[in-house]
Order: sequence, then structure tokens, then C-alpha cells
Amino acid sequence: MNFELSDEQQQLADSLRKVLAGDYGFEKRQAIVHSASGLGDGTWATFADLGLTALALPEADGGFGGGAMDLMAPMEACGEALVVEPLLDTIALGGRLVARTGSAAQRAALLPGLVDGTRRLAFASYEPGRRYALDPQATTAHPVSDGEGDGWLLDGAKCAVIGAPQAHALVVSARTEAGASLFVVDAAAPGVALNPSRTMDGQRSADIRFSGVRLGGEALLGTAGGAQPAIEEAVDFACALLCADMLGAMQYAHEATLEYTKTRKQFSTPIASFQVLQHRMVEMLICCEQARSMVILAAAKVDAAGDTEADARERSRAVSAAMVKVADAARLVSQESVQLHGGMGMTEELKISHTFRRLTMACQRFGDADHHLERYAALG
Amino acid sequence: MLPPFGPSMCASVLLRFGTPEQQRRFLPGIRSGDVFWVQGYSEPGAGSDLAALKTRAVRESTPSGDVYRVTGQKIWTTLGHYGDWIFCLVRTDATAEKRQEGISFLLIDMATPGITVRPLILMDGGHEVNEIFFDDVRVPAENLVFEENKGWTVAKYLLGHERMGSGSVGASRRELAALKALAARELKNGRPLLQDPRFRDRLSRVEIELDALELTSMRFLDKMRRTGQPPGADVSMLKIRGTEVQQAITELMMQAAGPMAAPFRAVGAGAVDAFTSRLAPRYFNYRKASIYAGSNEIQRNIIAKMTLGL
Repeated sequence: MNFELSDEQQQLADSLRKVLAGDYGFEKRQAIVHSASGLGDGTWATFADLGLTALALPEADGGFGGGAMDLMAPMEACGEALVVEPLLDTIALGGRLVARTGSAAQRAALLPGLVDGTRRLAFASYEPGRRYALDPQATTAHPVSDGEGDGWLLDGAKCAVIGAPQAHALVVSARTEAGASLFVVDAAAPGVALNPSRTMDGQRSADIRFSGVRLGGEALLGTAGGAQPAIEEAVDFACALLCADMLGAMQYAHEATLEYTKTRKQFSTPIASFQVLQHRMVEMLICCEQARSMVILAAAKVDAAGDTEADARERSRAVSAAMVKVADAARLVSQESVQLHGGMGMTEELKISHTFRRLTMACQRFGDADHHLERYAALG
Repeated sequence: MLPPFGPSMCASVLLRFGTPEQQRRFLPGIRSGDVFWVQGYSEPGAGSDLAALKTRAVRESTPSGDVYRVTGQKIWTTLGHYGDWIFCLVRTDATAEKRQEGISFLLIDMATPGITVRPLILMDGGHEVNEIFFDDVRVPAENLVFEENKGWTVAKYLLGHERMGSGSVGASRRELAALKALAARELKNGRPLLQDPRFRDRLSRVEIELDALELTSMRFLDKMRRTGQPPGADVSMLKIRGTEVQQAITELMMQAAGPMAAPFRAVGAGAVDAFTSRLAPRYFNYRKASIYAGSNEIQRNIIAKMTLGL
């Protein structure tokens, strides 16, 4: 296992950090959050120019054939800058599912747009009242054969689909007679109703209702009923990357807290001189370091896993272990960072409160620590 | 377990600070295991505040060469009753402006007249640590490692190695496996305790912490390998987390044993389970882990100062 970034990985992370430092400062980020689209001017194009959107796609599809290890440092940089564009949704969920399950024609239709930054995807998976379940039940697809030829009728509901309002196409999980299946759906197609909202951390999301949406036969990704392993894999991949994102946000929270306590004076002395605060900041540091170890482990296991069931178990177990560790660490670091900033940590004026919101959101995006603890034990 | 005092502590120090003569003289015995080393650091008045140590060593010329005359007391000397040799921190300059500047690192043959070892029995009932008294013990000056009054540099270097190892990842892996086996045997409401969600969650969290610790240790070792630098203050976090994991496992072990944990050290006592009767003593004993090698609070002070710059 490699613990240090390769020169190439380091260069990409450095380039991204430089861009984010200029284009994604706190004020600019706030403007993006409050804009109509939730997308920075040219931010997405910059991500594509840097190769982020192509990095994990196969070379045959115009990508760089990279993996989670390659995306680890860039995601960390995005977490640090609190990037709200749907990068994870496009590259780790939608893009991954299309690349891994799509036919040559489907990949040719969808992936070049990801590579050049003209398309975004979102993955509609969660269903109301079913928490983090990844097997579709409340959304169904039935085969139809009519004047338009063979196709599918899609019905049902999805919730909290991050990135959906900004996506050019949705990858939707639905139950067919044969089981879990995946479909590519145009968000503007008749019968698709998006109810958009802003997430607690400034991303865009939508609840989606599908009412008799007529899909062509080419909308089905892979085989009907055979999608579950690909769904699990993509969510594990996304979960590992989210852990890296969280690590970046935690690292920021820790450093900002350290800086603040060194300058903030009470009782005529910097509050960082108080041992009770020092020990708490040391605990934050240890949590960050332990989290980093698990991020590396999860990324390595995701990249190393083949298609066998045993590999999938090992991958999922490592990802769940990472999420337990990272989510526990994120809760401690985010809560302590606000506490040690005192009243100022509560205000919207400081980035620390926004970091708190992001970490809170991320802690239960793909299942909270309890969810992953249970999965970890079940896979052990 | 291989006690670390010779191979990982004394040998590391000799390789870095010893003279070629000292290396020739002491390293073979450490490698072969023929000579058992123990550590003379803590004193009754110098625990967390190690630099407060008072054991005096006065240099004196004699016809057969210079000697240090050592008088004082060491405490918590692990396995001191088996010690052939002891490496000691002694005060060679009581007037130094900074306390750290008057300390030297001395190698002492435990067979030298004037040394008394007194056992300290811990709450697990075991004899592991000792007090060692030095009453005008004459130590040849050639047993001084590095320069006189520069012992603090040596002491800190050794402590880095001690902390790197005190994470005890390997031992915790073994104990965790034993814990899982025990929890699989014990039945709660007819089902293995291992499947009890409450117990399972606690176990999983410890296991994940250990996974992370193992990787963090490897990351630090990898950094040492790449940079050629000795262990830095960061390894204090290995000591903190490593001992927390060790203690958590001993606690879960005792919990898993349930009523079987009650018989105390009942080894070989007929129907009593020799394994489970060792669990409570082990839990008691391992409360030491967050205290020794610099208490975990001292480790936090070190990280705060050296890593966070506070």
C-alpha cells in the first residue's frame, strides 16, 4: 500500500488547490451557494480541464483509467474548500454506473460529455421511508411494447437525490420483475417531476416522482435485474471518496481552530495556552490522522477489488470501517471546532460553521456510523 | 512477548550514541538474549516530570580509572528483578541552569555492590515492577553513553522508540482474536454474545480503531524510512491510541467472560477456567498502559507543544 501521493497525484492536488484558492474563496463560495444554479461560473469547466471528471473513467471512454487512490487528494481539496458542485454524484455515482454497466453505445452517448465537462449526472437511489436501502422497491419499471417499440414504463418516487437539479441525465435504480435495474432518464422527460431543494450544506438536491415515464429500450443499463452489485460498488466508491472529502473538511476545521485559539485572547492570554483546550486539539489531530489511515485503506480496497463476491465483501467492509472511523472523527472535530471558536463558531460569517454543516451532512449521506458499524459486523 | 528494553531501547541508543567499544561490548549480548536489560528512568519524585530526577552520580578519579558513584532510587522498574544490566538516567550536575542539562545516561551492572531490588506488587497480584535502590554504587566511567550532562538527548531518543512500540498493534490483534473466540463461545439468551448488537458494536469500534492504528503506525514507519529521521512527537499519538485500544480490549474480555471472570488467578484450580480467571487481573494490570512511558496526558502535552506548536 502506498502512503504517499505519487508525483502525478500530488501535482493534480496542487493544481486544484491553487484554482480553489483563487476561485473558491469563502466569499465566492457563499455566492455560488446562493446563486440560482448552485454552480460557480466556469467551476465545472475547470474541473474538467484539470481532468477530474475523466480521471476515474476507463481509457476506452476517454478517461484516464484512475481509481479512488487518484481521486483521494482532489476530493480532500474539495472538502477543504467546501465545494458544492455535484462532483461526487457525477464522477463517483452516475459516471461509475454508466462506465461499469453501460453498453458501448450508452457509454459513447454519455461519457464524452463527462470528460469535456458539458454533462453532469446524478444517481436517484434513496426512496422515501427506506433510509439507506440501496435495493430499489418503491420505484418500478415494467416492460412495454407500443407504437414507439419496446421500452419501459417507470413509476415511483426517489428522495434526496443530490445533484439532480443540475444533472443533464439521471441514473435511476428501479425494480423490474427480474430485480434491481438501472435506467438512464432525462430529467426533463414527460412524467418526471423534480421537487428541488438546497441541502443543509449548500448542495442541490431533489425529491423526484416518476409517473408513467416512457423509456426507450436503450435506457436500460446492463441487464434487467442484475444491477445490485454495480450499485453497491458505485456507492462504496463514492463513500470512500466522501471520506476523503470529509478528511479535507476536518483538516481545515482543525487548523482553523488551532489558528483561532492562538490569536484569541481571554484573561490576557491566548486561549491556546490552556491545557484543557490543548488536549482537546490534540484529540482532534489524532482523529484526523486515524481518519486519514482509514481513507487510504478504503481507497486501496476499492481499487483492488475485483468482481468476485469475496472481493466485494472485503471492499465493503473496509469502506464501512472507514466511514465509522471518519464519521466518528468528523462529529468530534466539527463539534469541537465550533466549541473552541466560542460564539463566533456559531455564526454564518465564519467558514467554520459551514464546515460543521458539511461534515454533519456527509456523516449520514451514505449511512451514518451506526449503519456502517452494523454492515461492518455483518460482513466480518 | 520480547521485552523491549534491550533490543528496541538500549540497542537503538547504542547504535546511535554508543562508542564503537560500547557497541562491541553490549550489542552481542542483546542480540543473543544472554543479557537482560531493564530501564532506570522513573523515580518517586520524577514520574511525568522526568527531568526532576535526583539519583546522583559523582565522578571520581581512582587508580584503576574514573568511576561514577551513584546514589538514589529508581521506581516502576519493569522486570527489574531479572535485570542483568540497567540503563539509568542520573544527575551529574545539580547546578545546571536547566534541569535537563545536568542529566547523564549510564549503563550499570546489576551485580555491582550497593544495589537493592524491592518488589512492588500491583493490584493484579503480580510481581512485575520494582523499586531499585543505589547506595554508593561504583560504575566505571566508560559506561557513560554519549556526553556527560547530555543524557536528556539520549533519553528522548529512546522514548521515541519506546512510544513507537507501545502501540502494541500485534499484541492487540492477538487479544482481539481471543476476545472474538470467547464471545463466540459465550451464550446470551441462547445466542452467541458475538451476535449481540450492543456487544458487537463495541467490539467493532475497537477493531476499526485498531485497523486505523495499524495503518497509522505503518505510515509513521514509512515516513521514518523515507526521511531517515527518528520517531517524532507524532508517535505519541500511537502510544495514546494503542494503549486505549489495549485497555478497551481487556475491559471487553472481562465483560465477555461475565460471571466466569470472578475467580481470580485460579490457575489450575480444577473446574475453574484458567483463561477467564486471568481476565480480571489482566484488566487491572493494563490500567498501567495509559500511565507508563509518559502518561497519556503527558503525550498530549508533547503533541500540543511539538506538533501543534502550542
